[in-house]
Amino acid sequence: MVPLPFYLVLSAILFTIGVAGVLTRRNAIIVFLSLELMLNSANLTLVAFSAFLGDATGQVLVFFVIAVAAAEAAVGLAIIIALFRNKQTVNVDEINIMKW
Amino acid sequence: MFQLVGYIVLFPMIGFILNGLLGKKLRSEALIGGIGSGAVGVSFVVCLLIFVEMLGSAPEERLHIISFSQWVTAGSLSVNVAYQVDQLSVLMTLIVTGVGFLIHVYSIGYLHGDPGFWRFFAYLNLFIFMMLNLVLADNFLLMFLGWEGVGLCSYLLIGFWHDRKFETGGYAPGTATTSDAARKAFIVNRIGDFGFLIGMFLIFNTFGSLTFEDVFSRASATISSGDTIIFWITLLLFVGATGKSAQIPLYVWLPDAMAGPTPVSALIHAATMVTAGVYMVARCSVLYALAPITMDIVATIGIATALFAATMGIVQNDIKKILAYSTISQLGYMFLGLGVGAFASGVFHLMTHAFFKALLFLGAGAVIHAMEGEQDIQKMGGLRTYLPKTYKTFLVAALAIAGIPPLSGFFSKDEILWMAYSQGSFVFWILGWIGAGLTAFYIFRLVILTFEGAARWPHQKHPHEAVRTMTVPLIILAVLSVGGGFAGVPEILLGSNAVDRWLEPVYEKANAAMALATEGEAGEFFLMGLSVLIGGAGIYFAWLLYLRRPELSTKLSSVFGRLQKVVLNKYYVDEIYDLIVVRPCVKGSERLLWKFFDAGIIDGAVNGVATLMAYFSNAFRRIQVGVVQGYALAFLLGVVVVLGIMLFR
Amino acid sequence: MEPPLLTYILCTPLAGAILILLAPMGNVRFIKTCGLVSSITAFAISVRLCVELDGASPAMQFVEQVRWIEGLNISYHLGIDGISILPIVLTSFLTPLTLLYSWNSIEKRIKGYVAMMLFLEVGMLGVFCAIDTFLFYFFWEAMLIPMYFIIGIWGGQNRIYAAVKFFLYTMFGSLLMLVAIIWLGYYASTLAGGHFTTDLLELFTIAPSIPLSIQSWLFLAFALSFAIKVPLFPFHTWLPDAHVEAPTAGSVILAGVLLKMGTYGFLRFCIPLFPQATLQFLPYLGVLGVIGIVYGALVSMVQPDMKKLVAYSSVSHLGFVVLGIFALTEEAVQGSIIQMVNHGLSTGALFLLVGMVYDRRHTRLISDFGGLSKRMPVYATFLMIVSLSSIGLPGLNGFIGEFLILLGAFKSRFFATPAYAIFAATGVVLAAVYLLWMYQRVMFGPLDKPENQVLKDLSMREIAVLTPIVIWILWIGVYPSSFLEKTAGSTKRLVETMERNHALQFESLPPGTISSDNASGAVSFSRSAE
Repeated sequence: MVPLPFYLVLSAILFTIGVAGVLTRRNAIIVFLSLELMLNSANLTLVAFSAFLGDATGQVLVFFVIAVAAAEAAVGLAIIIALFRNKQTVNVDEINIMKW
Repeated sequence: MFQLVGYIVLFPMIGFILNGLLGKKLRSEALIGGIGSGAVGVSFVVCLLIFVEMLGSAPEERLHIISFSQWVTAGSLSVNVAYQVDQLSVLMTLIVTGVGFLIHVYSIGYLHGDPGFWRFFAYLNLFIFMMLNLVLADNFLLMFLGWEGVGLCSYLLIGFWHDRKFETGGYAPGTATTSDAARKAFIVNRIGDFGFLIGMFLIFNTFGSLTFEDVFSRASATISSGDTIIFWITLLLFVGATGKSAQIPLYVWLPDAMAGPTPVSALIHAATMVTAGVYMVARCSVLYALAPITMDIVATIGIATALFAATMGIVQNDIKKILAYSTISQLGYMFLGLGVGAFASGVFHLMTHAFFKALLFLGAGAVIHAMEGEQDIQKMGGLRTYLPKTYKTFLVAALAIAGIPPLSGFFSKDEILWMAYSQGSFVFWILGWIGAGLTAFYIFRLVILTFEGAARWPHQKHPHEAVRTMTVPLIILAVLSVGGGFAGVPEILLGSNAVDRWLEPVYEKANAAMALATEGEAGEFFLMGLSVLIGGAGIYFAWLLYLRRPELSTKLSSVFGRLQKVVLNKYYVDEIYDLIVVRPCVKGSERLLWKFFDAGIIDGAVNGVATLMAYFSNAFRRIQVGVVQGYALAFLLGVVVVLGIMLFR
Repeated sequence: MEPPLLTYILCTPLAGAILILLAPMGNVRFIKTCGLVSSITAFAISVRLCVELDGASPAMQFVEQVRWIEGLNISYHLGIDGISILPIVLTSFLTPLTLLYSWNSIEKRIKGYVAMMLFLEVGMLGVFCAIDTFLFYFFWEAMLIPMYFIIGIWGGQNRIYAAVKFFLYTMFGSLLMLVAIIWLGYYASTLAGGHFTTDLLELFTIAPSIPLSIQSWLFLAFALSFAIKVPLFPFHTWLPDAHVEAPTAGSVILAGVLLKMGTYGFLRFCIPLFPQATLQFLPYLGVLGVIGIVYGALVSMVQPDMKKLVAYSSVSHLGFVVLGIFALTEEAVQGSIIQMVNHGLSTGALFLLVGMVYDRRHTRLISDFGGLSKRMPVYATFLMIVSLSSIGLPGLNGFIGEFLILLGAFKSRFFATPAYAIFAATGVVLAAVYLLWMYQRVMFGPLDKPENQVLKDLSMREIAVLTPIVIWILWIGVYPSSFLEKTAGSTKRLVETMERNHALQFESLPPGTISSDNASGAVSFSRSAE
C-alpha cells in the first residue's frame, strides 16, 4: 500500500498546478482544463482518505464532484462558445467589458 | 320669544345661501335685492319683538342664554353654539340689523346694473350673519368666529371690484388695486386677531372656560384688581380690538378699505364691523374694570387715535377718505369712553355714530353716484341745488357729528367728554375737546366743498338726485340721527338717560370693581357749553376758510406747505410699516431663508451626502478591472487568509 | 363572530390591483372603473368602521391576529383605535377622488398607474392598521415602492431626481427604525420569562421599563424616521421636490396621507413606547415644530411655483400637528389628529386645484397667470374656500385643529413656557399672507395673457372631485364633534399616561420602574404624593 501522505502530496501538487493554470493562462479553454485538474485533485484526496479510513462516504462524494464538474464544464464551454461568437476571441485578458 | 334669537341669525344665512347659489340664475335685481334685504329685515323685526319683550320684563330677568348645539368639545374645552340675549347684545343687534337693513335697501339702487349684483348681496348677508354671531355669542370662541368672519366679508367686499386701480398705502403710486387694499385689510386684521387668540388662550388657562358667564363670574369672584394675568388678558384682547376697530397702531387698513363700494363702507367700516372692538371691550367690562392699567392704555390710545385721525381728516380730498379718518377718530372717542370706565357712554356713541356715519357714507355714495364716480371734493361744489334730499340729510349728519344739540351726536359725544373729565383726567378732556373742534371743522369743510359754493366740475356732468331706494334710507337715518340722542339725554337736562339705565345691569359687576368718581352738576353744564362752543367754532372756521374767504385757505396751504404734505401723506406711516415690516419679511424670506438656507444649506447638505457617496463609489469602482483572473486571485488570497486564521487560532 | 373588516379594507384595493394587473392593457375603461370601484368599496368599509368605532374606549378595536413567523412571535396583528380611524377614513376618502381626477390626465401606462395607486392605498391602510411592529415596518416600506414609481414614471421634468431623493431619504430613516424594532424584540427576549416579540400591545407594557439611556436612542431611531416623513424641519427638503415633480394625484396622496404617517407614528410608537425619552426630547421637537410653522410659511410666501408654495405650506401646517402632539394635552392631541385630517383635505384640495390649472396651461408659475377668476368663476370659488380652510378661518375645518392645538400647547405643562404657542400663532397671520397673495396674483389682476383668455371653467368631473372635500371641510368646521368624539378615549389615555410619567419624574423614583399600562386600560396604579 502506498502511504497516505504520498497521495496527499500528489493531490496538493496537482491542485497547485491547477491554480497556477487558472490564474495565469490566457486561453479560456486552458483555464477550464486547469479547473478540471483542481477538481480531480480534490477527487484524489477524497478517494485516498476513503480507502484509508474504510469509509465509503468519500467515494460517494467523489461521484457528486464528478457530476458537478461535468455539468459545470458543459455550461462553461457553452458560455465560451457564446462569447467567441460575439468577440471572436477566447483570450481572457481581452474579455473585460464588465469593468468600471 | 327669546327662543326666536336663532332666527335672527338664521335668516341672513339663508339669504346668503339663496343668493350665493341661485343668484346668478335669478336675473331680477329686485328679487335678489329683495331676498337680501328681506332676510335682514326679518331679523330686525324678530329682534324688535325680543326687545319689546325685554322692555316688559324686569331688569334682572333680561338675560337669557339660548343654546343650540354643541360645537367644539375636546379635553376640558366645551364650547356650544349658544347665544346670549341681554341688554347689550340686543342693542347691538338692533343697530346691526336696523342700519344693515337700510343699507341693503340702499344698495339695490347703488349697485344697479353691476354684473356682480347677486354676489354683492350674498356677501352682505354673510356679513350680517357673521356680525350677528359676533354680538350675540355667549362665548369667546363663537365671537371669534364672527370676528374673523366679518374680516373675511370685509375682504370679499372691499375687493368686490377686484381689478380697479386704487391708491393703497404702502404701495408705489399707480400699482395697487382694490384687491391689494382688501388683502391689506385682512392681514392687518389678522395681526390683531393674533392678539385676540393669545388673549383667549390666557383666559382659558386662567378661568378654565371660554363662556362669558363663567369667565366673568369667576373673574369678579376671584381676581383682585391690578392682577398681572388680567392685565395681559385685557391688553391682548385690546390688541385684537385695535385691529378690528382701526386704532393705533393697526388702523392703516381702514382708509384703504374705501376701495370697496360705498354701501360697504357705510355698513362695515362705519356702523358695524369696526365697532366690534368697542363691543368686545364693553362686553368684557368686568375684566377691564379689574385692569386699571389697561384701561388707561385703552383711553390713551383712543384719544391719541381720535386726534391723530382728525388731523389727517382735515387735509384729505377724497370724500370717502375724509369719512374714513372720521370713523377712525370717532372710534377713538368710543374707546376713550370705555377706557375711563364709561362703558355705556362708549356704546351710546357707537349707536349714534352708526346712524350719522352710515348716513354720511350713504350720502357720499349718492354724491359719487351723481358725479359718475368722481370722489375728489376739489372737483365738486354747488351740488346743493342738484341733490336737495342728499344735501339736507347730509347736513343733518354733519351737524350730528359736529356735536350740535339737540342732535344725537351732541348727547353721546358730550357724555364721553364729560366722563373723560370726571373719571379720567383733565388732559383727556382737553384733547377730546380739541378733537371735537377738529371734527366739526373737517366735516363742514367736506359739506361746503361738496355742496356749497361754485361748481368746480365740467358742464358735461348732469348730477341728479338718487332713486327712492337710495334716498328713503337717507331720510330714515337722518331722523335717527336727530332723534337717536334722546335715548341718552343725561339727567341734568331732565332726560331719562335711558341708554345708561338700560345697560346698567350689564355693567353692574364692572362698576362695582371700579371706583367711580362723581363731579358736580355745574361742571357738567359748563363743559357742555364748551363743547357746543368748539363745535360752533369748527363750523365757523370751515365756513370762513372755504366759503367766505377761500383765498385764506390757499394762503394757509402755502405757509404750512410742508406740514400739509406730511399730513396728506398720512404721516408716512404706511411707508414706515412697509420699510420696517413688509420688505424685510419678503426679501429676507426670499434671499436668506429660501435661497441661502433652504436650498443652499439644508438641501445642500442632502445633495452633498449624495455627492459624497458618488465620490466614494467612483473611487471604489476602479477595483473592478474586468479581468476575471484578477478576481480569482483575490478570491484565492481571501481563502488563504481565512484558512490561516482558522488554523493558527 | 364579526367580520374581519380590517382585512377586508386591506384586501379590497389589493384585489383590485391584482385584477387590473391581469387585465389586458388596452381595456382602459375597465382598468379605471375597477380602480374606482375597489377604492370606493374600501371607503365604504372605512365609513362603517368609523361609525361603529367606540370613541370613548381607549382600547384597540376590530382586532385581528394571525400567527405569521412563529419563531420570532411575529403575527399579522391588526387593530384600530381613536388615533388611527380618522387617517384611515381620510386615506380611503382621498384615493377614489384622486383616481377620478386622473381619469383624463394620465395618458401613458394607465394600467400600471392605477395598479400602483391601489397598491399604495393598501400600504397606507396597512400602516394605520398594523399593531405589530414588524408588520408596520413591512407596510411602511411597502408603500414607498409604488410612490417611487408614481413619481418616477408619471411625474414632471425632474422626476427621477425627486423620486430617488424621496425614496432614499425616507428609507434611510426607516432602516434605523428597523434596527430599533429588532432591538426592542431582542430586549423583550432578555427579560425574565420573556420572548422575542414584535407585538405592539406587549411592547407597550415592556418598553417603558427600558433604561433611559437606551430608550433615548430607540426613541431617536423611531423619531428620525417619522421626522423625515412628517416632514419636520430640517428634514423637509425632499418634500418640495417630490411634490412638484409628482403627478397631481400623487401629490394629493403624498400630502394627504403619506405625511400623516409620520405624525401617526409619533403618536402610536414614540410616545407610548418611550415615555421618559419623550419627556426628554419633547422641548426640542416642539421647537422644531414651531420653527417649521414659521419657516415653512415664510419660504412658502416667496415661491414662484404654485405647487412648491403649497408644498412648503404643508411643512408649516404639519409643524402645527407636531406641536400639538408634543404638547401632550387632550385638547392639543385631539386638535392634532383633527388637523391631520384637515391638512389632508385642504392641502389635497389645493393640489387638485393646482393640478386642474396645470392640466389646462401646463405651467405652474404664478407669473404665468393672472385674472383667471374672470374665466373660471367656479374654480375661483373653490380655490377661495379651500384657501380659507388652509388659512384657518373659523367656520371651516382648519380653525378647529389650529385652535385646539394652540390652546393645548399654551396650557401644556410639558412645555415650560407659553412661548411655543405664541410663536406658533404667528403662523396664523403668515398663512393668510402667502395664500391670499397667491390667490390674488393668480385669480385677480388683469387677464393679459392670451393663453389665459381661452380657459374653460371646471368640468362636472372636476366639480364632483372637489365637492365631497368641501362638504367634509364644512362639516368639520361646523360640527367637529362627530370626529372629535372618536378620538377622545385614546387621546385621554395617552395624555394620562404621559402625565403620570411626568409626575414620576419629579419624585425621586428611578424612571422606568413602574410601567405604563397602555394595553389593559385599567389604571391600577397608586399615585404617591400627587
